Amino acid sequence: MLSIKNLHAKVEDHDILKGLNLEVKAGEVHAIMGPNGAGKSTLASVLAGKDGYEVTEGSVDFDGIDLLELETEDRAKEGLFLAFQYPVEIPGVSNVNFLRIALNEIREYRKEEPISAKDFMARVREKSALVELDAKLASRAVNEGFSGGEKKRNEIFQMAMLEPKLAILDETDSGLDIDALRIVANGVNKLKNANNAVIVITHYQRLLDYIVPDFVHVLADGKIVKTGTKELALELEEKGYDWIHEKV
Amino acid sequence: METIQENKVIQFTENWSQPDNLSSLRKEARQALNGMDFPTTRVEDWKYTRTARITNKTFSQQPTNLAVEAYKIENLTCHELVFVNGYYDASASTILEDDGLSIEGVETLDETAYAELLEDTEENVFSLINKAYSTGGVSIRLGKNKKANYPIHIIHVITGTSVIANTRHFIELEEGAELYVITSYNSTRAADCFNNAVLEGLIGENAGLTIDKLQTEEQTVFNITKENFVQDPSSRFLMNTITTGGLLVRNGVNILVEGTNCHTEINGVYLGRDKQHLDNHTFIDHLFEHCTSSETYKGVMDDSSTGVFNGKVIVRQDAQKIEAYQSNGNILLSEKATVNSKPELEIYADDVRCSHGSTTGQLDEDALFYLQARGINKKSAQKLLVAAFVGEVLDKVTHDSTRAHIDKLFLRKFGWEF
Ligand SMILES: Nc1ncnc2c1ncn2[C@@H]1O[C@H](COP(=O)(O)OP(=O)(O)OP(=O)(O)O)[C@@H](O)[C@H]1O
Ligand SMILES: [Mg+2]
Repeated sequence: MLSIKNLHAKVEDHDILKGLNLEVKAGEVHAIMGPNGAGKSTLASVLAGKDGYEVTEGSVDFDGIDLLELETEDRAKEGLFLAFQYPVEIPGVSNVNFLRIALNEIREYRKEEPISAKDFMARVREKSALVELDAKLASRAVNEGFSGGEKKRNEIFQMAMLEPKLAILDETDSGLDIDALRIVANGVNKLKNANNAVIVITHYQRLLDYIVPDFVHVLADGKIVKTGTKELALELEEKGYDWIHEKV
Repeated sequence: METIQENKVIQFTENWSQPDNLSSLRKEARQALNGMDFPTTRVEDWKYTRTARITNKTFSQQPTNLAVEAYKIENLTCHELVFVNGYYDASASTILEDDGLSIEGVETLDETAYAELLEDTEENVFSLINKAYSTGGVSIRLGKNKKANYPIHIIHVITGTSVIANTRHFIELEEGAELYVITSYNSTRAADCFNNAVLEGLIGENAGLTIDKLQTEEQTVFNITKENFVQDPSSRFLMNTITTGGLLVRNGVNILVEGTNCHTEINGVYLGRDKQHLDNHTFIDHLFEHCTSSETYKGVMDDSSTGVFNGKVIVRQDAQKIEAYQSNGNILLSEKATVNSKPELEIYADDVRCSHGSTTGQLDEDALFYLQARGINKKSAQKLLVAAFVGEVLDKVTHDSTRAHIDKLFLRKFGWEF
């Protein structure tokens, strides 16, 4: 589904990604861990097509499409979703209103009919229940005045609404209390099927108890420096990252 | 030097017809004009707005009539007073039964009382031209403790080539009266036309006046309007100015707060495109204590358009316990768009709470990216953010039909949905 080869990217003349490789297949869950400043969010931003991130080398193939050639919105329309580490507040833009627009633009791109108002509201109810997001929050301005945890829940609510092929969750667990973590993780698990894939970026093994990864990668200094199974996460929790550097 | 200056204003007006018997007001206005010149950009008040673009042209008065259906507000039962090229069109107008409300021609005003009333309000060369040469207008009076049954919509339409429309209106609310007025400035097939309008009035003690002003002329029309109001004690004044049209627009709202316990609120949204030049000047003069005023203007400028905001608030020495709030926010959608924003607060009293702020910037890049990352096209995402930005001010238009009318206008013109 996703094939990243030798990806180099820079921000304002700083090289951040330095030859990153990653293969994700449909039905898989991948976890990316790694020290602060390693380039995890940068990878997510580059994949989503954020301005200011310049790819200098390498390629990203997304189900046969050259992802790097597409505008941000078209990447989303092709089925890529990014749950932001720091979701922005957008005063004056209603959460459900913008999701309806997003959903319909995605449908138009896929040459499908727009969703009816009734079906849309039913979907809002179903998906907000999935992540136990208060119905009031669903219709408020995007993230405005939301608590840190509510913002993260809102990200997963949006993911549920848009049903992407590939979701990248950037530290969705940070800021969530223990109950919320379980609820959000359950939501993600329910959305998971054989045709989609999830990349979870996290610092904590705890999340991976709920969303069980098929692979765990360590991203350090702009590259994937180690790949293992879920046991690797436990090992990292115990020993930190230094021992990997020593081996590399 | 004087002779040349005199000639300019006189030349500008020389071909216009006038009633045979000049009223004292017209005479005085003409006399005042004799010694005046058009403002240049060296005059502080006109620094950013070059009126030579207007005054170098020649305009004439051209009475005509046309269909005005398109300018009415849907689902709003109201008095409709139609002015085409500055002339009242009785057959296109509708005046409903409304006890206590009198609507007459502006020429019926008692000029002595009028002159006294507006003695302290500010005039400029354009408002004086209007007063000397006005071709039509209404005098509206609402009686003591009356709430009008219906709103009043004053519909201005300008059409033709090189037409000037000098409309002049007056509104007086007696003690405790309540009125809602919409003034719309429209045009059709207009080439080089000039709306030079004046709206004045008095809001009596405990009375409340709300005005929604809609400027949607074609980009071949100049519009200079002046609104002068005097507030008596415990009165309320709310005015929202929505400007999307016109090539060069200059709005001057002047409120003289002549009593205690008044509330004054003036808001505006201006949306510029192409080469539009949209200028909002406001002036709130607090003469008495225990009053509040609030002012929010928001502009979104695209292409090579220019926005000007100048909001002056004076709190006089005796005007203690005043709360005055002012803000002006602007978004530039293109590199060639510009805004000149200048809040002016002059405070001579010591126990007051005043705040003002002015911002000019681009759309929030992170918000834009967030929306795009959800699959929304860049253009739609921009529209959403712009609509959200001006929505705060549009929400001040609390009359549903008017709001729906504005929403429809924005949808048609910009593709914005609220
Ligand atoms: N706009 C920018 N200008 C300069 N440097 C930047 C910019 N954005 C990111 N960086 C740098 O890129 C590096 C990688 O940042 P990134 O946010 O990808 O790290 P991360 O792995 O997500 O870290 P964390 O675990 O703390 O979230 C950091 O050193 C950061 O300072
Ligand atoms: Mg990060």
